[in-house]
Amino acid sequence: MIAAILSLGCIGLVAAFALGLAAKKFAVEVVPRELAALEVLPGANCGACGYPGCAGFAKAVIEGKAELNQCPPGGAEVVLKLSRILGVEATAAEPEIAVVICQGDNRKAQLKYQYLGLDDCTAAQRVAGGPKACPGGCLGLGSCQRACPFDAIEMTDDGLAVISREKCTGCRKCIAVCPRNVIRMTPLASSVHVLCNSHDKGALVRKYCQIGCIGCHICKKTVPDAYQVETFLATVVYGHDEEAGEAIAKCPTQCIRDFQDGYPEGSRLAPAGSEKTHAA
Amino acid sequence: MKLRTFSGGVHPPDNKQWSAHLPIEDCPLPDQLIVPMSQHIGAPAAPCVAVGQQVAKGEVIGEAKGFVSVPIHAPTSGEVVAVEARLHPMGTALPAVVIKADGEDRWRDDLASAEPGDLTPEEIIDKVHQAGVVGLGGAAFPAHVKMSPPPEKPINTLIFNGVECEPYLTADHRMMLEETERILQGVALLQYVFGAERVVIGIEANKPDAIAHLEQHCTGTPVEVVALQVKYPQGAEKQLIAAVTGREVPSGGLPMDIGVAVHNVSTAAAVTDAVVQGRPLIERVCTVTGPAIREPKNLKIRIGTPLSHLVAVCGGLVEDPGKIILGGPMMGVAQLGFDAPAIRGTSGLLLLRQQDVERRPEGPCIRCARCVEGCPMKLLPTTIAAYARRDLFEATEEYRAMDCIECGCCSYSCPALIPLVQAIRYGKAAIMAKKRNA
Repeated sequence: MIAAILSLGCIGLVAAFALGLAAKKFAVEVVPRELAALEVLPGANCGACGYPGCAGFAKAVIEGKAELNQCPPGGAEVVLKLSRILGVEATAAEPEIAVVICQGDNRKAQLKYQYLGLDDCTAAQRVAGGPKACPGGCLGLGSCQRACPFDAIEMTDDGLAVISREKCTGCRKCIAVCPRNVIRMTPLASSVHVLCNSHDKGALVRKYCQIGCIGCHICKKTVPDAYQVETFLATVVYGHDEEAGEAIAKCPTQCIRDFQDGYPEGSRLAPAGSEKTHAA
Repeated sequence: MKLRTFSGGVHPPDNKQWSAHLPIEDCPLPDQLIVPMSQHIGAPAAPCVAVGQQVAKGEVIGEAKGFVSVPIHAPTSGEVVAVEARLHPMGTALPAVVIKADGEDRWRDDLASAEPGDLTPEEIIDKVHQAGVVGLGGAAFPAHVKMSPPPEKPINTLIFNGVECEPYLTADHRMMLEETERILQGVALLQYVFGAERVVIGIEANKPDAIAHLEQHCTGTPVEVVALQVKYPQGAEKQLIAAVTGREVPSGGLPMDIGVAVHNVSTAAAVTDAVVQGRPLIERVCTVTGPAIREPKNLKIRIGTPLSHLVAVCGGLVEDPGKIILGGPMMGVAQLGFDAPAIRGTSGLLLLRQQDVERRPEGPCIRCARCVEGCPMKLLPTTIAAYARRDLFEATEEYRAMDCIECGCCSYSCPALIPLVQAIRYGKAAIMAKKRNA
């Protein structure tokens, strides 16, 4: 009994001594400002800044290799805090969020075939260009949802990705995985968007989707400043939100949506009441 | 006698009884032929005709773009009515030349026939290239590329693939029985080009008539006919080499690395046409079969014949098909409908009923290792697929996903119905995309 206590105690002492020495000898030097910077970052390690995780970005910022406003999830608040730590002036980048520019779920848009493969949009896209007849529409298999580090993407029951305007931080992870390029970065301040990604002619779009843009120019005729039409697809010229809203009621296929009025049909997300800044 | 084979593999029911006994019939010409510019592995051909132009049968309508590419020829005489993107058997619209047949079926008048004995190997290879000959087993790899191995890799064994291990398909089987002379002449030509010492025709043992027939024709010639065990994928290149020679193609390597070249028996016949008659590859034999077609047939079809025409020639459908597959059931490509045309690699059109393709939901892996036993490449499909599905592509590659030949034995043998080969293909595509971007 006593022998056991003594021998274990001795081993403990020797190990403690060795650990103490090792801690001194192999100590990693940390720049205190790096720790402080890491403290104010969101800690999602999303990689949107282009550095390996928040620690990598903190290091780069302190070493002056990265701009202060390179952290989209952090938004203005992080820029402000980082500028205090570094003692420099910096302005936040215009906050942006991702929007799925498609409303053609499996009920509204036609399918070319029944897809039975892996639950992954990239895998589906490889099979005859994906099951959606529309070449640009959301495939609805949720690759973006799985890629989102902020749980900001909802998949509706009818297979449409909808991005929450409150939760999206603008990290662009979803854009990287989407094989159909149907997710776009848009200014957070703009809530009116043309939700269609098909550049096909109107007659063709009408064949495969009830809610696609047919390139009829009515929106542009109503508010010339706020819309542009290129190869049969209208887009909003951002920064003209007040006027852009006027065309919504005129659109024959109802593919223009003001997100302040609500999310696309089938989504359970509550409409954004007021424009929040993302760091809030 | 124990038949030669490879390790692994599966035994799907071969279902060849539908069409194996039926002689090859000439398919009547359709009104319109849709000839895609991409029918082979490598760069697509570039269309070189204009709308309204009259073309003769065998005239070049698409020029080869680069070495690993072949020209495309008009399958019949007529008028070019469109040069545009049309539905391709791969499921997307790709550039194609549409020809309205004039019914005369007139050959172009400058076909250069030749006496094979007078030609040098280079001249033969050039003729094969000009004729647009590709591997007719299904992958459609340009034949002239395979026929031009670098000098430091001499070919000593030449294997002809008459295995036809895909269930349902009987096109090569009928070719061996009915076009024996053309095949053997092509075999001799290819042997001359490669300077191979050993020439083997490998045939699966479920075609005893073809084996006996070819053995009879090959007595007194250096060509060996080898009967192989009935097992899928016996006709895959690497598995055929293993069965015939006992050699293994190294990981990431090609058959020429171990001194072997493999050609399909139908390709040999196409080589004969190209060299002796100067005729380009504009037709092939295609098996139209399956429980959903009224009269299964082995048809000699023109390249570019719409699938709807093939169905009509075979008496139409018994019922609405559950699945339309170009090629065999194991590695064929499912179709969106009957609008796409048959192309050079189309060895079969398989029509299955709804009840043949019903699926149960996927279950969890029970670690039974049937996929591991079945894998002819000695890989671990369940491990690779699990990594690929979690997007862990470095691990996917480490477990040799790139050696996968996508034969589908793993998915076929999985009792839990896990889409293994599908996941591996997904992983392979991601690995290749990463390599391209790097």
